[in-house]
Amino acid sequence: MQYALMIYIEPGYGEALPGEDQEAAYADYAALADDPRCLVAAQLRSAETATSVRVAGGRTLMTDGPFADTKEVLGGIYLVEAADLDEAIELAARIPAARLGGAVEVRPVVPR
Amino acid sequence: MLASLVGCFGDFDRAEEAAQEAFAIAAERWPASGPPANPGAWLVTTARNRAIDRIRRERTLAEKIHLLPVPEAVMDESDDTVIKDERLELIFTCCHPALPLEGQVALTLRALGGLATADIARAFLVPEETMKRRLSRAKAKIKATGIPFSVPGAPLLADRLDAVLAVVYLIYNEGYSGRVDLGAEAIRLGRVLAGLMPDEPEAHGLLALMMIHHARRRARFAGEDLVLLDDQDRSLWDTGQIAEGRAMLDRAIALGGRGAYVVQAAIASLQARERIDWGQVAGLYRRLAALTGSPVVELNRAVALAQAGDPAAALDAVEVLDLGGYLYFHSTRGELLRRLGRDDEARAAYRRALDLATSTPERRFLTRRLEGF
Repeated sequence: MQYALMIYIEPGYGEALPGEDQEAAYADYAALADDPRCLVAAQLRSAETATSVRVAGGRTLMTDGPFADTKEVLGGIYLVEAADLDEAIELAARIPAARLGGAVEVRPVVPR
Repeated sequence: MLASLVGCFGDFDRAEEAAQEAFAIAAERWPASGPPANPGAWLVTTARNRAIDRIRRERTLAEKIHLLPVPEAVMDESDDTVIKDERLELIFTCCHPALPLEGQVALTLRALGGLATADIARAFLVPEETMKRRLSRAKAKIKATGIPFSVPGAPLLADRLDAVLAVVYLIYNEGYSGRVDLGAEAIRLGRVLAGLMPDEPEAHGLLALMMIHHARRRARFAGEDLVLLDDQDRSLWDTGQIAEGRAMLDRAIALGGRGAYVVQAAIASLQARERIDWGQVAGLYRRLAALTGSPVVELNRAVALAQAGDPAAALDAVEVLDLGGYLYFHSTRGELLRRLGRDDEARAAYRRALDLATSTPERRFLTRRLEGF
């Protein structure tokens, strides 16, 4: 089954870390991206770069900023293949943001 | 039976439906033909075959995709088949921490306890419809998110066993308030768990704890009034159950158990003695406080110190606790101050406790105490 691991965390958490912790975090992100069970790994640019799009009456409307105005923002997504929820949770727990004050939302992907 | 069907199909609804069908067939046939040699195996086999038929029908009729893989049907299985016991897998699935706690509790009672939805609803004082929704949401999440039907492996097992024990103990404590006899149900679940995990000390510790407490339930109330341990009529205690609980505790300790449930069971066991060694009880509460970091446990340790004859030390231990919103903090302070002859402060503390009391027996008890000055 495929699972999306969505990373929510306060922006700038990485820069606040001491040098070696920062390196360890990058290494962990890269290791998960290289795991054979990882299908997609996407780090997102900052929430300031977000544009929210809506279509009403045939017109495309745009607003600056992310969909939800929250302290934590979506910072990245992994798409992984796992046997069950426990395996997906085990992969999610390796994501540095999860131990650095953020949270990883695990959601199964509807098969096509 | 349900456990092995869920294990077979990975789907609670399908398993329940199949079980009902099998019982219906049995009700029709057995009176005429007599029950088969192994009724349990017959029911599981029949239910499994019915469910497989149904899945096949659904597949061809509706072209349903995404169904779980169906194991090969064995149509000519004989009646003496040994059905694999998969209750442990079922417990771990029902108590998966990805499910909301209230869903875990409801599902455990429904799937393992075999309680009817209406009974579970009554026990938790919610409408049956609410409980039905709670159960179906939990079942839907298991299915949609791929919560595994398995006993977790070594790295996860300790945490996940804690979650299972917490659910069973929660069920027990719901019964403790006296609403429905969930206490007996929790003990039954505890027995199943200890039986299936014979080497897990905490599973035995929890069972011992529940048994020793449960054994005293009839002495805990006099009509509507709470009866303190000191004043309980010991002839109302179920001595057989206390002995069984103690044997369970011995087993837990022999297995090397030193965890929170084992320590609590040891405390309960000491408190069920003819003469209580309060010094030893206080020592165990100290250990429990170190394990749990709970100020409520510290409060209990203070009570034990006072019972051991040192109310001044007990009061010192109480005064440092940050439990201002907790009824028993104030009632304990009141009692300790009373014993130390500081009546005015004692009365003030009891009044504060009375302000926080919500249940009738508690209010009555505190009012009597205040009148006693």
